[in-house]
Amino acid sequence: MIQTDILVIGGGPSGLSAAIAAGKSGAQVLMVDRSPQFGGQLMKQTHMFFGSENQYASTRGFEIGHKLIKEVKSYKNIKILPSTTALGIYEGGVITLEQKIGAEEFYLKVYAKSLIIATGALEKSLPFANNDLPGIYGAGAVQTFMNEYLVKPGKRVLMVGAGNIGLIISYQLLQAGVEVAGIIDASPEIGGYLVHASKVRRSGVPILTGYTILRADGTDHIEKATIAKVDQHWKPISGTEIEFDVDVLCISVGLTPSSAFFWQIGCEMLYVKELGGYVPRRNEYLQTTVKNIYVAGDSAGIEEASSAMVEGSMAGLAASQALGFKHTSYENKMQGLLQEIQDLRGGEKSTHIREGYKKASF
Amino acid sequence: MLKTTGVPGERDLNGVFPSPERLKRGPVAIVECFETIPCNPCYTACPSGGINAFKSITDLPTIDFDKCNGCTLCISSCPGLAIMIIDYQHQKDYIKMTIPYEFFPLPKEGEWVKGLNRCGEEIEKVQVLSIIKENQHDKTFLVSIAVPKNQFKEIRNIKVGDSYDK
Repeated sequence: MIQTDILVIGGGPSGLSAAIAAGKSGAQVLMVDRSPQFGGQLMKQTHMFFGSENQYASTRGFEIGHKLIKEVKSYKNIKILPSTTALGIYEGGVITLEQKIGAEEFYLKVYAKSLIIATGALEKSLPFANNDLPGIYGAGAVQTFMNEYLVKPGKRVLMVGAGNIGLIISYQLLQAGVEVAGIIDASPEIGGYLVHASKVRRSGVPILTGYTILRADGTDHIEKATIAKVDQHWKPISGTEIEFDVDVLCISVGLTPSSAFFWQIGCEMLYVKELGGYVPRRNEYLQTTVKNIYVAGDSAGIEEASSAMVEGSMAGLAASQALGFKHTSYENKMQGLLQEIQDLRGGEKSTHIREGYKKASF
Repeated sequence: MLKTTGVPGERDLNGVFPSPERLKRGPVAIVECFETIPCNPCYTACPSGGINAFKSITDLPTIDFDKCNGCTLCISSCPGLAIMIIDYQHQKDYIKMTIPYEFFPLPKEGEWVKGLNRCGEEIEKVQVLSIIKENQHDKTFLVSIAVPKNQFKEIRNIKVGDSYDK
């Protein structure tokens, strides 16, 4: 059995930041990710990030990922296992892992004194007629195709969802030379940052708010998508249908926290609409209701990468300090991070996040 | 309008363009940032104090039009690509507009390209004056175009591709 002080599950922005923060204290840290490459969703982000210098503002997402990975690798006391999936967490702090090396799979057992769960989120989907036709993708898949494997998903795309992900991927599709026929969203207003909306709009992509997807049609793949206006009860209004000839429909209608491990451990869970679904209740320093089990990033509530990195740092700092590893000026560092995250969530756009965190905190 | 279509309206834009007197004094930054999102790299990128200090990271950027000299450094620091530089006195009938551009192929100097408005509609053919692709701008290229003075508030983007002879 592998023994470690802290196991970090998930090597995305929050997991990497957690490992670095904990690693600074000298604690033995093991970080696993099911992907062959660490960095999580950062590695698909070709746009520049918002935030301040502390969260690498103006740097492109994948470059932030590379910086964090490089920093993680500079610590001798941080071990990373790529292509390794955490399978289950058992009484007494034993975690089982499945590690893939080439075509072979190995089962490992780990005993960790403390656990930081940074498993991110899952994409939501939509029920509509023929939503299983080839050519209908989740936004993550489209981004993986384009930005990881350099494969265009198709020729002409209709984007469903005008949140940040829908807007950003539309822009990236344009950059890849794919036509974007339009972006629709059932909400009366654009959900993502307006600067993203403005830049795709001035590139000629119409944004239609108050519209939903009705159906997809095609023989062996999608050839046509039909949308319609919705009334105030979000019901389609007959006679308002518009058809789009597209070979790709990209569904970007939000994320829900990946919460399976918290349920298995027996953390107290709460459904918080503002945070995207069930999340573990946690204190200010991201410890759940179970001692030495921490949460960070999207699995704590759907937000974005800048705050995920700050949360990761907080969880890593708190978890290592609680195990008796000493940080120089711990209090100052923690207060600084608390202030940073409060600032990031300070705007009008983050009202729901602030409300969600109030509900989930104890 | 902005919140439903992504197109800023006249009132939004009037709040971010400087006075005609200031425009005539030389190049200046126009920041089309209308939402209190957590972001401040324009302020940290500015070497001349042209962007007023942020009290909070979610403040909207405001320009000190006396200090801003239109140096272009803020353009590629803005993750929202919301900043352009306008040199109103560039020529008698044309202003020089410098915008961020992240598409390939890049236009060539002297090439005529489509001038697009904030809805992405082609409203004029415009000529490319210069392209800056320094490392410090990462991969956000700066393209300067000559825009007729009567359209300087309408044009905000270009489309390269179909070439023009003019």
